[in-house]
Amino acid sequence: MTGPAIEIDNLTKEYPYGFLNLKKKTSLEGLTMQVETGEVFGFLGPNGAGKSTTIKLLMNLIFPTRGHARLLGKPTSDVQMHRDIGYLPEQPYFYDYLTAAEVLDYFAKFFDLAPADRKARVQNMLKKVGLETAGKIQLRKYSKGMLQRVGLAQAILHDPQLVILDEPMSGLDPVGRREVRDIILELKNAGKTILFSTHILPDAEMLCDRVGVIVGGKLQGIGAPGEIVGIKAQEMEILFALPSLGQNSSPLLDKATRTGDRYHLQVPEQDLYAALDQLRNAGAKILSVAQVKPSLEEYFMHLVAADRAQAAAVEVTGK
Amino acid sequence: MGAAVLVGQISIGIEEIVIVSLGLSAISFIGLLMAVFIGVGLVSKEMDKRTIYALLSKPVRRWEFLLGKFVGLVFTLAVNTVAMSAGLFLALLYVKHTLERSDAAVFVAIYFILLKLAIVVALALLFSCSTTSLLSILYCAGFYIAGSFVQEMRTLRSDLAGPVAAAIMRWLSYLLPNFENFNVTGLAAHGTKIPTALILQNTLYAALYCAVVLAAAAAIFSRRNFK
Repeated sequence: MTGPAIEIDNLTKEYPYGFLNLKKKTSLEGLTMQVETGEVFGFLGPNGAGKSTTIKLLMNLIFPTRGHARLLGKPTSDVQMHRDIGYLPEQPYFYDYLTAAEVLDYFAKFFDLAPADRKARVQNMLKKVGLETAGKIQLRKYSKGMLQRVGLAQAILHDPQLVILDEPMSGLDPVGRREVRDIILELKNAGKTILFSTHILPDAEMLCDRVGVIVGGKLQGIGAPGEIVGIKAQEMEILFALPSLGQNSSPLLDKATRTGDRYHLQVPEQDLYAALDQLRNAGAKILSVAQVKPSLEEYFMHLVAADRAQAAAVEVTGK
Repeated sequence: MGAAVLVGQISIGIEEIVIVSLGLSAISFIGLLMAVFIGVGLVSKEMDKRTIYALLSKPVRRWEFLLGKFVGLVFTLAVNTVAMSAGLFLALLYVKHTLERSDAAVFVAIYFILLKLAIVVALALLFSCSTTSLLSILYCAGFYIAGSFVQEMRTLRSDLAGPVAAAIMRWLSYLLPNFENFNVTGLAAHGTKIPTALILQNTLYAALYCAVVLAAAAAIFSRRNFK
């Protein structure tokens, strides 16, 4: 497989509603993007942004109103292609009265594995997701986090080339999240392609080669986490001390934030040298100057705020 | 089956008829309840609890999923029917102390009940693919009741119901499953031989009807969005 693992072209999903289904709600609008083979791609967005809709379209669980997508070079309608794809649904749920081992064995049977191989894989997966001691307990007695682990195990049980995870960290405690992160990195090191949706931004920043941010059903940005946040203007942070307190005057000092005996001041990159001169003249002792790296979270919040402002404007003007 | 023996004992001279009639009715009624309630829940529960998401992400086609559900429930009903039939034959043995050649008609009647249940399961799957569980149960009940009066619908006199109503009823009677043909309880109770032609006809009819209904269910299910 040399081409992109996922190709999405103008994918749109509208749901009819209202009297005689005459109105339409657009869950996803003209999504076009690619996920390269071997990369970890994070699909970010607030609740209701269209992340799960996109993933369900890719898994052929819902059908697009317009556009199309290809996974591993094949159309999403090709069921046999699912042999090479692992999928973790959002908030997964399985048969209550089966044990984790039985559920995994059941799913493994879809992949024509020999009974001995199946048994070995099930045991291996239970160990990998930290359920080896709980494998014989019925799933109705499992917590949400444990079900999430079973879901992850069934998604990677058959050693797929492409793994699609819908909110894999949801419901997990910090230990569970760390374990899932380790599994994703392990899959990446094994050459697998991973697409996962999340709104836990530090996880995305830590794991992803690239991220796509979707808000209001539209893709707002795509790229490497560092690259995508760079769209915002860079700022510089100056850390300084004031040895002779009370005898200094500068408008900049009023803008600084005091933490203990130190002061922090953020200024635009182009104003840095002027600010340093002003501070020195005011008697400040410069301790450090560092570039403020905007976080993915800030970028994300900026997009969400813009989308909400636009939605509010539409509500007011009716356009 | 105990009730069949008990009622049979107070029905002087017609114990066998009562036992067979009651026994076959019980097998049919309990099988019908299972076919409708389990049949409707087979698909709707998978959708409600979202277990279907992980399942359909495996290399399985939607029609295969549906066919698997159908075959699984029909097999379950067959096991249940065989177990209940064993009770019926034990009751017959208790009363007659032996089984006769004419009792073969009871086997055929049981086979027809199973064919009827297979049609009900197919209908339950069709309705549950397209509407809510409650409506699916009501539709199944409606189809079963209407399907048990197909002959009456076909012979409805136009001077009583009006020509349009009579014509509609006649057309409807050909669309509805003809469950009357599967009811041979009377013949079986009296030990009358059931014609081989009827066995073949009912087998073919049930197979065709199930195939058409399942094809319709698969067509609906294949286009369904799992939100």
